[in-house]
Amino acid sequence: MAKLTFKTDNCKGCGLCVDACPKKILRLASEKINKKGHHPAEITDQAACIGCAFCATMCPDCIIKVER
Amino acid sequence: MVVFDKPHALADMPLHYCPGCTHGIIHRLVAEVMDELGIEGKTIGIAPVGCSVMAYNYFNCDMIEAAHGRAPAIATGVKRANPENVVFTYQGDGDLASIGMAETVHAAARNENITVIFVNNAIYGMTGGQMAPTSLPGQITQTSPYGRDVAHCGYPIRVCEMLSELESPQYLERVTVNSVKAIKNAKKAIKKAFQNQLDGKGFSLIEVLSTCPTNWGMTPAAALKWVDEKMIPYYPLGVYKDKDAAKEETK
Repeated sequence: MAKLTFKTDNCKGCGLCVDACPKKILRLASEKINKKGHHPAEITDQAACIGCAFCATMCPDCIIKVER
Repeated sequence: MVVFDKPHALADMPLHYCPGCTHGIIHRLVAEVMDELGIEGKTIGIAPVGCSVMAYNYFNCDMIEAAHGRAPAIATGVKRANPENVVFTYQGDGDLASIGMAETVHAAARNENITVIFVNNAIYGMTGGQMAPTSLPGQITQTSPYGRDVAHCGYPIRVCEMLSELESPQYLERVTVNSVKAIKNAKKAIKKAFQNQLDGKGFSLIEVLSTCPTNWGMTPAAALKWVDEKMIPYYPLGVYKDKDAAKEETK
């Protein structure tokens, strides 16, 4: 099973990872605010993640670690 | 098993770029290439003036900050004095194609054994979105509020095409980073540019079409689309010069 780890405080909420995810299991957490004041990206269904790392590839801030 | 993580050559600190700015992706690709070639310890990077002026904070290799546009000149000196080191410049379009055009053209004409990463986002980002030499015809910027008027300002400069007319440069390629596939291609190009330097082949320039969501006035996702719809038609992707390939053909 794949596992994503987010460095949430470095996220700028640009949403490029959300658009890149083929399984559509990422979202910007509208009810949370990180240190920078952005709504950070998070995964909604860890079990559905296939570990393709498309999100991490698109992330301009390199905050996503992908393990499989 | 870790499939993807921050490369070692990229410093562990938050980048100052705007949300969705693809500078971060290009930084990461350069760092990944440094990791893969195992050259982090002997690489010297030259940072430009522009949005990426603080690139020296983000790479774990040695870095020098150049005066505006003079990165290829400094890289020339560093490389000639330390030929065993790997030297790259990281420059934006305002830096490389405007104030630093002379240094760029002459470094290419001398076929200096350096690698140039040229980030083209068709606008001056750091100063607030003024028209750059690479701004597209009709593009609205702070200094062209009615769109770039080519009768008044001329047409944007295609750097790869222009340099490809020179006899000397080893490798010129234009790539983009607006999709996962494009990012993989961009990494291949950047790796080749560094490998050319390690092989002593000479001047390699990789032009990367980048985005500026803030100054283009759109969302990060829309900016990626804008690259496809507006930039690539004017700046076609591809290899503009590859002396190795040319040699293969004549064989």
